[in-house]
Amino acid sequence: MARYILKRVLISIPVLIGVVFVIFFMLNVVPGDPVTLMMGEHIKPDLIEAFRERMGLDDPFIVQFFNYLKNAVQGDFGMSYKLNREVSGLIFQAFPHTLKLTLWAALVAWIIGIPAGILSAVKQNTLVDRGFMTFSLMGVSMPVFWAGLLLQYVFAYKLGWLPVTGYKTWQAMIMPSLVLGWSSAGTIARLTRSNLLEIMKNDFIRTARAKGLKEGTVVVGHALKNAMLPVVTMMAIQVSSLLGGAVMTESIFGIPGLGRVAVSAIGDRDMPLLQGTIIFTTMLIIAGNLIADLLYSVLDPRIRVE
Amino acid sequence: MSELQKNEELLKITDLKTHFFTHKGVVPAVDGVSIEIPRRQIVGVVGESGCGKSVTAMSVLQLISRPGKIVGGSIRLDGRELVGADINEIRSIRGNKVSVIFQEPMTSLNPVYTVGRQVSEAITAHQAVSQEEARQRVVDMFKAVGIPEAEKRYKSYPHQLSGGLRQRVMIGMAMACQPQLLIADEPTTALDVTIEAQILHLMKQLEHDFGTSIMLITHNLGVVAEVCDYVYVMYAGKIMEQAGIFDLFDHTAHPYTKGLLNSIPKPTAEKRRLYNIKGMVPNLLRLPKGCRFSPRCEYARPECFEHEPELYDAGNQHLVRCFLYKNGGGPA
Amino acid sequence: MQEAIQAAEFAEETTRFMPPREDVEAELLDDTSIWSSLKSMLKNNKLAALSLAVIVIVILMAVFAPIVAPYDPNFQDADNLRFAAPSMAHWLGCDELGRDVFSRLIYGARVSLVIGLVPTLIAMTIGTVMGLMSGYMGKKVDFIIMRFADIVLAFPSLLLAMVVMYTLGASLVNIFIALSIVKWAGTARIVRAQTLSLKEKEFVEAAKAVGVKKWIIMMRHILPNCIPNLIVLFSLNIPDSIMSESSLSFLGIGAVPPSTSWGLMVYRGKQYLFNYPWLTLAPGVAILILVLAFNFLGDGVRDALDPYLKD
Repeated sequence: MARYILKRVLISIPVLIGVVFVIFFMLNVVPGDPVTLMMGEHIKPDLIEAFRERMGLDDPFIVQFFNYLKNAVQGDFGMSYKLNREVSGLIFQAFPHTLKLTLWAALVAWIIGIPAGILSAVKQNTLVDRGFMTFSLMGVSMPVFWAGLLLQYVFAYKLGWLPVTGYKTWQAMIMPSLVLGWSSAGTIARLTRSNLLEIMKNDFIRTARAKGLKEGTVVVGHALKNAMLPVVTMMAIQVSSLLGGAVMTESIFGIPGLGRVAVSAIGDRDMPLLQGTIIFTTMLIIAGNLIADLLYSVLDPRIRVE
Repeated sequence: MSELQKNEELLKITDLKTHFFTHKGVVPAVDGVSIEIPRRQIVGVVGESGCGKSVTAMSVLQLISRPGKIVGGSIRLDGRELVGADINEIRSIRGNKVSVIFQEPMTSLNPVYTVGRQVSEAITAHQAVSQEEARQRVVDMFKAVGIPEAEKRYKSYPHQLSGGLRQRVMIGMAMACQPQLLIADEPTTALDVTIEAQILHLMKQLEHDFGTSIMLITHNLGVVAEVCDYVYVMYAGKIMEQAGIFDLFDHTAHPYTKGLLNSIPKPTAEKRRLYNIKGMVPNLLRLPKGCRFSPRCEYARPECFEHEPELYDAGNQHLVRCFLYKNGGGPA
Repeated sequence: MQEAIQAAEFAEETTRFMPPREDVEAELLDDTSIWSSLKSMLKNNKLAALSLAVIVIVILMAVFAPIVAPYDPNFQDADNLRFAAPSMAHWLGCDELGRDVFSRLIYGARVSLVIGLVPTLIAMTIGTVMGLMSGYMGKKVDFIIMRFADIVLAFPSLLLAMVVMYTLGASLVNIFIALSIVKWAGTARIVRAQTLSLKEKEFVEAAKAVGVKKWIIMMRHILPNCIPNLIVLFSLNIPDSIMSESSLSFLGIGAVPPSTSWGLMVYRGKQYLFNYPWLTLAPGVAILILVLAFNFLGDGVRDALDPYLKD
């Protein structure tokens, strides 16, 4: 077990380095001189030269990459061109907002998604099932940004129940969490349903019935635990899609999280900031995958007891 | 035992019909089957796969899943009618008075729970006993079904046990409430021959020790010969022949049973080519007219293709569904 | 020798009465069985059939946009028609430049459909080749390709696409490239897994034994068996690509004017959301309907081909 954990952690490290490399490579082949971007057009050439040297911009690409990697490990992602502040500081300022949004959305997704999936499976091919599944598929098919705008129009503008944007009050968090959570809820409900139906075909379910257990015990006690194992893995994928969706949600509801930072970094062509945000977010996702994997191995005795 | 009605069989299935309503049509998997299981006896139900023997067995506890449905007949346990009974009543019988062992010990146990927990669940589902007492009884039962290191095995997960041990766990689970009837659906098919012998021996012993009747579903006539008292031979959803164990082997009547027996290889047989029933099991959606075995039967006569034979009495509790025995005669 | 024959016959006889395994796999699939499964699915699954009809209608509208659209999508009449409300003349109203929203929607369908199909095809072709090579050749090739896939899959696809768009600049063609880069890895993983299990099958072993070349085995023996999986992946990837394009365009780093992308229309309309909601409502509903239709159809396709997907 300990070896398994160690192995999983060790596998993540090259992936993480690869991620940094890919981002670094893509962003550093961009045409356009960062120094001019940062200092404006009318600067004396020798000043630019001196600055380039200090920033290490004349070093070979691979040297620049390893310097960046070395600094990144120590939590230094460089300076933002535009805001002239440390990228790491900006990230840690934005991260709590994204975390809060993502957690709320995940909560919405799980509270709606899992019961909906179970009910649909138990009542397979009934009106309940169809209703939930159409609702889920709509969540999956509806663009996050559009759902956000729709809610803003109805609940903020027409009814005036909730603030249009913001993030400080719990009322302000309702719409963003619902918008972001809905599509995840759809995915989770669909997965829970299909897993549960698949598990219910197993021989051991017949054994459980043959023992004289109540149908509720059979479903909750015997099928659900098996069905939830892949759903736990799904949780990791959900972290990824929630963080992706957070970009849209944050930009609609004006939440100053990582997604919004990334989007405005693109607008400002602020490469170090974009680079730092993306790398940080991806790190979170890799960590999420790792946790899900470990959780899976703890829950599944077939792996745990080996 | 005294309050039990001595005059009725433990289980009496009469004219049972279980059909499957598929989108291709209605499949009459069990098409009017009558089986009686007396107390303290091992009764075999034999036939090729798809003949309806498992469906018959599963119908007793209504473990038939959609699109299957019992559409007619009666199943009486101890004089109590089970067809049409309330699901809660059926549930109180499952695992309690009647329990089942399935073919695949590999997949019949839930992989995410310990075997001990799964067996004790069978006890707590029916009896108000403490967790500790249930646990003790499971350990005792594990010992009774020959699981070594029973205490330790209680905490094992299914994947940690061998096929033979898992099947012993299944038997232990089935016997946990000391049922009156044990339905064993191909209990040894997935096991090695040596393990098979041990499991059969165990079942015989359980019948002896606990007085449990056993309904043994199998395709293997060798297994039947070893343990059964009385045998039903099924083909395409109907009983073709039923007889006491000695009658069946010594005075085999139905051409189908003969075919089955002839295709068991005998070490003493001189000819090398083994016997093979020609043709294939009929598609239940398109049953042949007349006797369902007629297209494959060596003795088939014109009437066999026209009319369906009934079960004719060949004497000595021996019934045969074949026109050859219509007047108590036999094939030339 | 005598004993061997007897043993073989004994084995044959004893297995003859064994119940047949239900999960016997079809080793070599023929196209007709896939086709007939899909056809019977469309007959039985009304939702999928309806979805297909919706998709066909959208495709026809997109192809014949110049005939179907009542106005030129770029014709501006800012003086008279700026923010004109929906009416008989302009079913879905007009935008901030006085352009007919309905006509722009019809032309926008072209963008969505092309985005749905082209990058998906490119990404899946790359993914299939990578997956085949990775699974069949194994060793170093496998290791390198799969680590690459791991890296790509570690990103949220939207963020990676954003980085690519940053590097290449906002334009429709660059969306093709961005989505192809983002989406090949998922296909590669699935094709690899299937290749690994097919590699062990007798018919591949047999082909290898008689000296058939690697590439021919991959293309003739393994690839055809991956087709059901690829069909399902394709049908589920299309809506995903459409959605990604609209998200990128909504963030202002996707399609750029004068393109008439639905995502871009929502992006442009959102500043007038409270006063002229139809400008965001119409393209949003269009995205929802098209993506929903593809998803329903994809679900149906997956269920229909389910027997072929076991691996």
